[in-house]
Amino acid sequence: MANGVIAIEEKNFYQQSTNKYSGILSWLLTTDHKRIGLMYLYTISFFFIVGVIIGILMRLELLTPGKTIVDAQTYNTLFTLHGVIMIFLFIIPGLPAIFGNFFLPIQIGARDVAFPRLNLLSYYVYVVGAILVFISLFLPGGPIDTGWTFYIPYSVRSSTNVSMAILAAFILGFSSILTGINFITTVHRLRAPEMTFFKMPLFVWATYATAWIQIIATPVIGITILLVIIERTFGVGIFDPALGGDPILFQHLFWIYSHPAVYIMILPAMGVVSEIIPTFARRTIFGYKAIAMSSLAIAFVGYLVWAHHMFTSGMSDTARWVFSLLTFIVALPSGVKVFNWVATMYKGSIDPQTPFLWVMAFIFLFSIGGLTGLVLGSLATDVHLHDTYFVVAHFHYVMFGGTGTIFFAALHYWFPKMFGRMYFKKVANIAVLLFFIGFNMLYFTKFIMGYMGMPRRYYDYLPQFATLQEISTVGSWILALAIFLMAGNLIYSLRKGPKAGPNPWGGVTLEWHIPSPPPMENFKEIPTITHEPYDFSQLKEMKNES
Amino acid sequence: MGNKKHIIGYNTYILVWLSLLALTAITVSIAGIHLGDYTLLIAMFIAAIKSALVINIFMHIKFDEPIFKVFLALSGFTLLIIFVLTFFDFIYR
Repeated sequence: MANGVIAIEEKNFYQQSTNKYSGILSWLLTTDHKRIGLMYLYTISFFFIVGVIIGILMRLELLTPGKTIVDAQTYNTLFTLHGVIMIFLFIIPGLPAIFGNFFLPIQIGARDVAFPRLNLLSYYVYVVGAILVFISLFLPGGPIDTGWTFYIPYSVRSSTNVSMAILAAFILGFSSILTGINFITTVHRLRAPEMTFFKMPLFVWATYATAWIQIIATPVIGITILLVIIERTFGVGIFDPALGGDPILFQHLFWIYSHPAVYIMILPAMGVVSEIIPTFARRTIFGYKAIAMSSLAIAFVGYLVWAHHMFTSGMSDTARWVFSLLTFIVALPSGVKVFNWVATMYKGSIDPQTPFLWVMAFIFLFSIGGLTGLVLGSLATDVHLHDTYFVVAHFHYVMFGGTGTIFFAALHYWFPKMFGRMYFKKVANIAVLLFFIGFNMLYFTKFIMGYMGMPRRYYDYLPQFATLQEISTVGSWILALAIFLMAGNLIYSLRKGPKAGPNPWGGVTLEWHIPSPPPMENFKEIPTITHEPYDFSQLKEMKNES
Repeated sequence: MGNKKHIIGYNTYILVWLSLLALTAITVSIAGIHLGDYTLLIAMFIAAIKSALVINIFMHIKFDEPIFKVFLALSGFTLLIIFVLTFFDFIYR
């Protein structure tokens, strides 16, 4: 893709700082997009592990009927916190804030994002939001117990610290908006001269589409949260029916943001898949433009379907069938992507390295998640399955099996670039296998239980669910083992892993043209773009460059 | 962000500000009159005029590159769709 951009023996971004400080301050006050990406990585990973531990505790509670380790009220706070942490602190910022920050500027041939200081600010806004979540746990009133959806009227009446916890979500939203503004401006203003829109890597396309959702949708949840706080504090009747408000209006406003937010989570993941598959199939991506456009299509159609979360809420019948119909449209651009990925692999020279294995797990799990989404998008079946474990299973397959899996794939794909070291591949592959087994034991059983009528968010269950609940809990242990094995391998490899060269996988997008880890401003000279983004004929030239 | 600098006089700013205040006063007084289904429509119409004033004059969009107008139109269009779809519930409930 680029010629003559390999920097020789240049100091990397760990050795050189953007400010006058050294040590920890050089990181805390940095404006380097790569360092900010890494700070996000460490912080978000911490919250992910907290979320995992809460999840394991919930599964442990459900190992036996009745009380096992916690009481019902504690279980309510556990599932709320698990949701809030995993959604607002891990999965929404996960891919854009970490990998978007680190790789978007490099992939378009820029030295940094358009607003580096705003970038650092968005990190601190995220940290303030996260700290508020944790403060809310320990103040009088106790941790929030409404579920992550904060549904009215309970969230107005609950005596727990709802206001502070949702204020935290409000603040986290600002971090998301700032990141979105930064990425859109960067893509429009800082592309290398010959990097036209249709020469951008697909991860950039996906992150760009995501940024638009972040900017347009997030203010809606911001306003909604403020209205709930006003209602709680001053008793103004906005949503609470007892005060003359409309509780369904809250659900509309909540999902007008939270459904597009699902695409904030999954779109960047789809972008990563479009990077990994060509690299390990040694083949240019099939249907580049179709994939790029389907990202924008998903971003747009994502706004039209929010009320499919509300089929049993009491909204009008007309709205129910309209939203059910619209929901099926989302399957089209998602299908475009999946078929194009599979077509890319067809007759490719596949090298099944760890990132590729993660992607294979993704395609399998995400397809199950997507197809069960159609079951829930149909009015008649949704009435039966609403608020059951089926829904829990569906969104874990989409969110965790989709975005979570790709978070790990991205970590394994770009780890050598970010840290200049390779991990131990055998251990990493074992972790993928364990993950896959544990995941399906944990969540597939929930499809069956949900179909049989097991409601979500219950701390107890009837005897007929006992066996499946046990299998699910054992699955959670295997899954946790896989995650800790993977994390241990990566952390150990940070210092002890074998050194990685500039291009360990044979990738051709711009990040593989520069040293690992990259130098401070990425490129000595802004690169000249001479190839299509996934043109593997340039691999030979790249070998000559190095 | 535009290359040309546009300077708007204080008089214009004050005039726009006064118009915004006047429109707010009209919105509040209309809320007190019983106009049935038209109340919301009129309130939205006034709000649209107010935001047009803020966007064009205070936010300088009137004098900026066309791309910003495209971005704004996109956001406005999304908002319109959200309103229309919400009304499928509100009207038929």
